[in-house]
Amino acid sequence: MKKVILLLLVIPLISFSQTKEKNAKDTFEVSGNCGMCKKRIESATLSLQGVKYVSWSPQSKNFSIIYNSTKVSIDDVKKKIADVGHDNSLYKASDEAYNNLHFCCKYRDNPE
Amino acid sequence: MFRFIFLLSLLFFSELKSQEFLTGEILVSEKNIEKAVEGVNLYWLNSDTGTITNGKGKFKIKFIGQQNKLIISYLGYENDTITVKDKSYIKHYLTNSDSESLDEVTVTRKRRSSKRTYLMPQNIIMISDEELLKAACCNLSESFETNPSVDVNHNDAITGTKQIEMLGLKSPYILITEENIPMVRGASQTFGLGFTPGTWIESIQVTKGMGSVTNGYESIAGQINYEIKKPYSDIPFFFNLFNSIDGRIEANAHVKSKWSEKMQNTTFIHYNDRKRANDKNGDLFLDKPIQDQINLLSKWQFTDASNGFVSFLNIRYLDDNKKIGSVDFNEKSDLSRFWGGEIFTNRFDSSFKLGYVNPNIPYQSIGFQFAYNYHDQESYYGLNDYNISHKSFFVNMIYNSIISNTKNKIKAGLNFSSDDYQEYVFKSDLNRIDSSFGGFFEYSYDNFNNFNLIFGLRYDIHNNLGSFFTPRIHFRYSLNDNFSIKGSLGTGRKIANVFAENQVLFLSNRKNINNTFSEKLYGVSPEKATNFGLSIDHKVFLFGGQGSLIFDFYKTIFDNKVILDYETFGEFNFYNSTFGKSKSDNYQVEFLFSKNNWNLTAAYKKYDVKSYYKSELKEKPIQPRNIIFFNYGIESNKVNDKNWKFDITYNRLGKQRLMLNPRDSFEFVNPHYSVNTQITRVFSNKFEVYLGGENINNYKQDNPIIMSNNPFDSNFDASIVHGPIFGSLYYIGLRYKILN
Repeated sequence: MKKVILLLLVIPLISFSQTKEKNAKDTFEVSGNCGMCKKRIESATLSLQGVKYVSWSPQSKNFSIIYNSTKVSIDDVKKKIADVGHDNSLYKASDEAYNNLHFCCKYRDNPE
Repeated sequence: MFRFIFLLSLLFFSELKSQEFLTGEILVSEKNIEKAVEGVNLYWLNSDTGTITNGKGKFKIKFIGQQNKLIISYLGYENDTITVKDKSYIKHYLTNSDSESLDEVTVTRKRRSSKRTYLMPQNIIMISDEELLKAACCNLSESFETNPSVDVNHNDAITGTKQIEMLGLKSPYILITEENIPMVRGASQTFGLGFTPGTWIESIQVTKGMGSVTNGYESIAGQINYEIKKPYSDIPFFFNLFNSIDGRIEANAHVKSKWSEKMQNTTFIHYNDRKRANDKNGDLFLDKPIQDQINLLSKWQFTDASNGFVSFLNIRYLDDNKKIGSVDFNEKSDLSRFWGGEIFTNRFDSSFKLGYVNPNIPYQSIGFQFAYNYHDQESYYGLNDYNISHKSFFVNMIYNSIISNTKNKIKAGLNFSSDDYQEYVFKSDLNRIDSSFGGFFEYSYDNFNNFNLIFGLRYDIHNNLGSFFTPRIHFRYSLNDNFSIKGSLGTGRKIANVFAENQVLFLSNRKNINNTFSEKLYGVSPEKATNFGLSIDHKVFLFGGQGSLIFDFYKTIFDNKVILDYETFGEFNFYNSTFGKSKSDNYQVEFLFSKNNWNLTAAYKKYDVKSYYKSELKEKPIQPRNIIFFNYGIESNKVNDKNWKFDITYNRLGKQRLMLNPRDSFEFVNPHYSVNTQITRVFSNKFEVYLGGENINNYKQDNPIIMSNNPFDSNFDASIVHGPIFGSLYYIGLRYKILN
C-alpha cells in the first residue's frame, strides 16, 4: 500500500516538470476597458493553437499568458489581439476593428 | 400538468427576443446652454451591464427589462438613478454636486444567502452560513428548512430524528460529503445528520441530480457537500447559546489560534442536552428523546501560498446518548414491563488533505485526501438489540490540468475505500467488508461564453458490487444573459445497508417474514439507478427588483431497488424490486425574488414516486404528492451596526399515502402545513440575540404511536409518522463574536 501511495505521489509531479518552451510565460499591456473586453481578449487568444492559459485584468491592463513557444509566438498573439480591436505594444487595431467594439470597450475615446 | 408546463414554457420563451437596446443622451445645462457630456458611466443596478457616453453625449445600453434602475454617474456631478419603464429615448440632465467628489453608489440590495449557480453546468444550490442562521437550531439535519430543494421529514415517533429527502428519495440515495469526503453514510445513515452542529458549517452546496464522478459512484438523487469554517478565514472567537421550551440546551464555542503565519487552528466545542421528559400528547411516550451530546473538532490549516501548498487536518470526536420510549422508563426498568431504549454512539473522525497548485502554471494542481472514520453504535429499542460498528478508510487523489488550453479542463484520479461493518441484529452477528478501488476521468469544456459541458467516467472494482463503469454528463447552454438550460444524466449504485438505514423497523413489533438476512448483503442485491434532469433558469426583472423563475424536472429510474415492505400490518419484509422499474419523478417550479433588503422564495413541487412491491406498482408511502413552500426574509438597514432580521417559512405537505394499519381508517392523510419564523436583533457586529418558533400553528399528528397503551402488543408501531409530533416549539439564542 505504501508503495502505491508513493507512486501516486510521484507520477503527477513528473508531469509538472515540463520544459520551459512548452510552458513559456509572458506578461504585457493590452488596451481595453471592461469585462466585455476581457472576455473578447481572452477567448480570441485562447483560440490560437499553442496558447494554454491567458488572463487580462481590466484594472491593471496586464495580459499574462502561458504558451507553447514551439507552436505559437508572442507576435502571433499580439496580432490576434489587435485583430479583435485591442491596441498593444506591437500592433494597433485597425479603425474598422476598433469601430466594431461595443460601446463600453471604446478605450481610445473613453479611457477609464 | 402538461397544460401547466406548456404555459410555463410560453412564459419562458416569450422573453427570448433578440437583444434590445435603450438609447439616450446625457447633458448638462449651464446658464441655459445645453452641453453634451462625454464619458458618463451608465449601468444597470446589480448587473454587469454598463456603458459610457460618446463624444455627443449619446449612449446605447442593452435593455434588460422593465422597472430596472439605471445608474448614471460622472465625476463632479451627483449620481442619479432612474427607473426605466420602457425603451423610449432618455434625455437626462446632470446636476452639479457640491461636494465635488464621486459619491460611492451604495447598492443597498442584500445578496441572497441561498442561490443557484447560473454559469455552472451542474444544478447546484449554494447555501451560505447566513442562510443557516435562519434555522437557528441546531444541526445539519435542520439546515435545509428554509430551502425548497431538500425536504425534511420526521423519521419516526420516538427518536426525534429528522430525515432529509431529495427528488422523493431518502438520504441514503444522497451522497453527503464533508469537504468532499463521504461522511453521513453506512452506520451513521439514520442519526448522522444530527452529528454536525450548524454553527460549524461555513456553506452547503446541494447538487440536484447527478454529482461529479470525482466523488464516487454512490450518489443517485443528489449530492450535499458541506464545508466547515476554515481557520484562515475564521474569526478569533465565537460563542452561541440556545434554549428551547422542550428543555433543549445547546452551547457552541469556536476558538481560533494562530501558531504561525502558515499554520492556524480552530477548535470547535459543542454540547447539547435535553434532560426534560416531554409528553405533550399524553401517550405516555417521550415525544423527543432525553439526550446529551459532546462533539469536538480540531481543525488545522497549513497554507504556503508562495509555494502553492495548502493542507488541512481534522480530528473529531463525538459522544451522543439518547434515551427513548415510555416516560416512566429508566435504565434500571424491567424491559418487559416498560417499553424503552437507549442509543449510545461514539464516533472518531480524522481526515488529512494536501493540495498543491503549481505557482508557475496556475491551471495545474494535485490534491490528496485521506480519511479514517470509526462509528460505534450500541442500542436497544425495547426488546430489539441493535449494535453496529463501522470502520471506514478512504483515500482519494485528484489531478487537474488542461488539454491544449483552459477551455478544455481535465480531472483524473484514483480512489480507494474500505468499509468494515460489524452488526448485531435480531440476535445474529453480521459482518461485512466492502472494499473498492476506482479510477475516474472528467473532461470539461467551457467556451467562455454560453456553453459548458462536463463528461465524467469512472471505473470501480468492488468486492461486493463487481466491476462497473459509472458515466455522468452535464451541460449548460445560455441563450442569453438571462436564460439558461442545464441538463444531467448518469448512473449511480449503492449497497443497501438495510438495518442501519431503516432503524425505524426496530420501533415496532412487526415480524420479519421471508428474509434470510445473514446471507451476503442481507440477501438482496445492490441498488442501481439512472437519473436524468433538466433545469431551466430564467432571470426576470420586475417592480425594480430582480428575480429568477426556475423549472426543474428530474427523473430517477431504478434498475434495481431494495424495497422495505411495510404494506402488510404486523409484518415487514425487504426484497429487490424485480418485477418492473421503480421510479421517482419530481417537478419543481421555483420563483426567487429580491428587492432592496428583502427576499422571497416560492416553490411548488410535485412528486410521483412509485415502486414495485412484488408485482404491484404502488405509490411510495408517507410521501407528499405535492409541496408548497414560501420563504420571506427581510432585514432593516443598519444604524450603528444595529439592525433587525425577520424570516418566515410556510411549508404545506400535500396528500400522503399511508400503509394499511389499525389506527387509520383512511388511505390518504389530508394536507397540512407548518409555519416557522424567527426574529433576530443585531446589537452590534459582535452580539446578537434571536427568538423563533417552529410549527407555530401547532399542528400535531394524532396518536403517532400505534398501540402506545400496550407496546408489547403485536400491533405496536411507531414508524407511521406523517407530521410533527411535538407541536409548536419556541426558542431563544444568542451569538457573541470577537472579531479580528
